[in-house]
Amino acid sequence: MAAATDNPPADITENLPDLPPSTLLPPLFNNTNPPPELLTQGAEALLYRTTYLVPSIPCALKHRPSKPYRHPILDARLTKQRILAEARVLAKCRREGVNVPAVYALDWEKGWLLMEWIEGGTVRSILDRWLHSTPVGVDASKRESELKDLMSRVGQTVGELHRAGVVHGDLTTSNLMLKPVSTADDTLASSHEEEGKQHQEQREQHLQGEVVVIDFGLAMQSVQDEDRAVDLYVLERAFGSTHPRAENLFQEVLRAYGESFKGAKVVLRRLEDVRMRGRKKSMIG
Amino acid sequence: MALIETFHLSHLPSSYAVHAALYRDVQNASFLRQQLLSGNTEFEYAFLDATSIISTMHALAAAFRATNDFMNNRLRSRNVHSETVFCLSPNNNIADSFRRFGVNDTTTNLLVIKICTGGEITTDGVRTHLSRAVDGAAVPFIDESLRSMTDLAKIKKIYKIGTSNNVGSAGKRNKSDISPTGSQMVLNGNQAELKERKELEVAILGLMALRGAT
Repeated sequence: MAAATDNPPADITENLPDLPPSTLLPPLFNNTNPPPELLTQGAEALLYRTTYLVPSIPCALKHRPSKPYRHPILDARLTKQRILAEARVLAKCRREGVNVPAVYALDWEKGWLLMEWIEGGTVRSILDRWLHSTPVGVDASKRESELKDLMSRVGQTVGELHRAGVVHGDLTTSNLMLKPVSTADDTLASSHEEEGKQHQEQREQHLQGEVVVIDFGLAMQSVQDEDRAVDLYVLERAFGSTHPRAENLFQEVLRAYGESFKGAKVVLRRLEDVRMRGRKKSMIG
Repeated sequence: MALIETFHLSHLPSSYAVHAALYRDVQNASFLRQQLLSGNTEFEYAFLDATSIISTMHALAAAFRATNDFMNNRLRSRNVHSETVFCLSPNNNIADSFRRFGVNDTTTNLLVIKICTGGEITTDGVRTHLSRAVDGAAVPFIDESLRSMTDLAKIKKIYKIGTSNNVGSAGKRNKSDISPTGSQMVLNGNQAELKERKELEVAILGLMALRGAT
């Protein structure tokens, strides 16, 4: 290696304590068989797929590992506060009839949360596939109306969330899932894997399903127009940057949002202000 | 003859087992309650009034939390069985939880939960003892059995879950069902009832999981 020839600066990582592997599971899950499957790793938390109570109930495990660079007391307090805030918001939303994953179990001392597993894909990935697929023998206006309908369901779901007194804090198309609606057929089809797969493909071609909001790690309880408008603004930017072709369709999201709860129209007016200045609230006046 | 269902709940050590037995037409509830009150060590069970239990998942979730709290030395009550009763509660009042979920003198629908944290207790041992101890008709521990026992109004009251919210969301669902690419499935009465039950169940699981959080 080239670096070995000249005198390298002292390795700054040398004197740091051994960092635990970031994929360390909470102790309870060490003997889980099969082991939880790591899905994604964010800055704060790790997300796994595992089961709850019995093997037939899939669930998501969110683990906030302790941060070795924080003072242990502060670390425990932050972990507890954050895991609880997320669980409270999820439970509240679910009680109010908003489509979010149910809370199954949690341990705020150990920093884990078990939630309902949401089948399906993210709105982001489904939109990507949809927008890049070339329709064969499907008339364009039908496709357009299906897309519009999905947008309207997104707006309605965000409206329900806000009506429940919750703002998401990181509303992107990756944090919206499209969950296929299970029908009586599905229960039969699931026993034949091939058929079940076909069903899923069919559904994706039709943008059907329930819009479910996920990842409430940055959510808070608020009924402020400003907070709600920022949620919409973030979602608008997310649509604009990942799906330029769908950008004009955001109007449909806003239309449905405007009708979803009393007070939504005020939020839409506030959104105009937020657009003018960006997400950060002016601190001047 | 007791119909005992044995579970090795996900994530719990494999040496741990949860046994569940469900009975209807129980005649000796007050005797069973008396054994608990007198601290008879042969009766280390969670005796639950099945009218307060909405599903198998509801009861098993309580057993799961109780066992996890047991393993972390944070029991708030005497043992893992009383803790199972307490874990069903949405609040921190232990006596209250026994009154609402535990066996009482008029209980006829009884759910027995036995958590084995060691290896020495066998399903057969539990079965033999329960067959002698419980005077009632054993029914399988499945959701279908519980469905006819559950007192939904009582459960909603205990967990303070009003129907108004749920009705509101059901109304919204129906609206989206009408839209062309929304769900084209029309729920028939039975399915709608199951869905409502499921929603109530998961709302309860959330309240149980969050109990004691400050």
